[in-house]
Amino acid sequence: MNCIIIDDEATSRAIVSQLCLQVPDLDVIEKFDNAIEALKFLNQHEIDVVFLDIHMPNFSGIDFIKTLKNPPKIILTTSNTKFAIEAYEYESIVDYLVKPITIERFQKSIHKLKNITARTQTNDTVKRENSDLGDLYVNIDRRLIKLKLNEILVIEAKGDYIDIKTEKEVYHVHTSLKKIKEKLPAKTFLQIHRSYIINFTKIIDIEDNSVLIEKKVIPISRSNRPELMRRLNLL
Amino acid sequence: MTEEPNLEYIKKLAGDDIAFENQFIEIIKTEFPDEVIDYNSAIENKQLLVAAEIVHKLKHKLNILSMEKSYEIALAYEDQLREDSMKLDKEFRTILDIISNYLTTI
Repeated sequence: MNCIIIDDEATSRAIVSQLCLQVPDLDVIEKFDNAIEALKFLNQHEIDVVFLDIHMPNFSGIDFIKTLKNPPKIILTTSNTKFAIEAYEYESIVDYLVKPITIERFQKSIHKLKNITARTQTNDTVKRENSDLGDLYVNIDRRLIKLKLNEILVIEAKGDYIDIKTEKEVYHVHTSLKKIKEKLPAKTFLQIHRSYIINFTKIIDIEDNSVLIEKKVIPISRSNRPELMRRLNLL
Repeated sequence: MTEEPNLEYIKKLAGDDIAFENQFIEIIKTEFPDEVIDYNSAIENKQLLVAAEIVHKLKHKLNILSMEKSYEIALAYEDQLREDSMKLDKEFRTILDIISNYLTTI
């Protein structure tokens, strides 16, 4: 990870820099005595974390946070807790450190930062995998229509047809649930009832013997329930 | 006010890194007198909000130098200045003098 330090006091910059030295995989790329210079730097460099003093003259840490469009993770440093609490509403804030910062407290903060970063990366990977699922062409009235697999919510058997419900509309296709199941990635799609295949990533909640996807309640058959439960990341 | 400053915090932070300890002492020896000058100037010109900002910066140094009681005085004084009062000026100046003297010994 790389970081920058923003603080109008040289002593504070030296202290945070020394604390960073004690974290093996954390490199201090630059130090700034004002947030405006740091903003210019951030426009040209990709930074993982910013150690930011809140209380600075002219352009405060809060002004800095408000100005950032795609903020990196931010750890606030402050002499005054009340300023930190005000800033904590911003999503990019990971933690705040009250000066003088102890080694133990700093390490806790880094631990928290690493956990949050790992979680964000996992979520990004899942999102990327979902968006990379690919396409499926279905024959409707002699036209081959392209469906994005990641947009499919539920597939329901309707006699000799199936209804493919996507985020935008429902497609009525002459085929069987068994045939379409063979074309779907098993990691994402799961048959939970003889009449339903669901996109596992679209589940909102599960209650007793049904799942909720968008506003649709879908039954879970007794035989399919164990597989569904096995796949859940249960707490 | 008899609280004496010390380098306990900095020594703990530095560990075996003597270079950092020395570097830090140089930084505080440079930064502290400048801030005292700024403080005096703000008070002379009756710019109490500017003085409050400088006290805010100075109070962190009291913490670094393990002066907890002095820090509490600075904290109260910063609030006072923001409310257009400088009753704690004399006490605060005593703290600044103690630190100035201390910095000449390290």
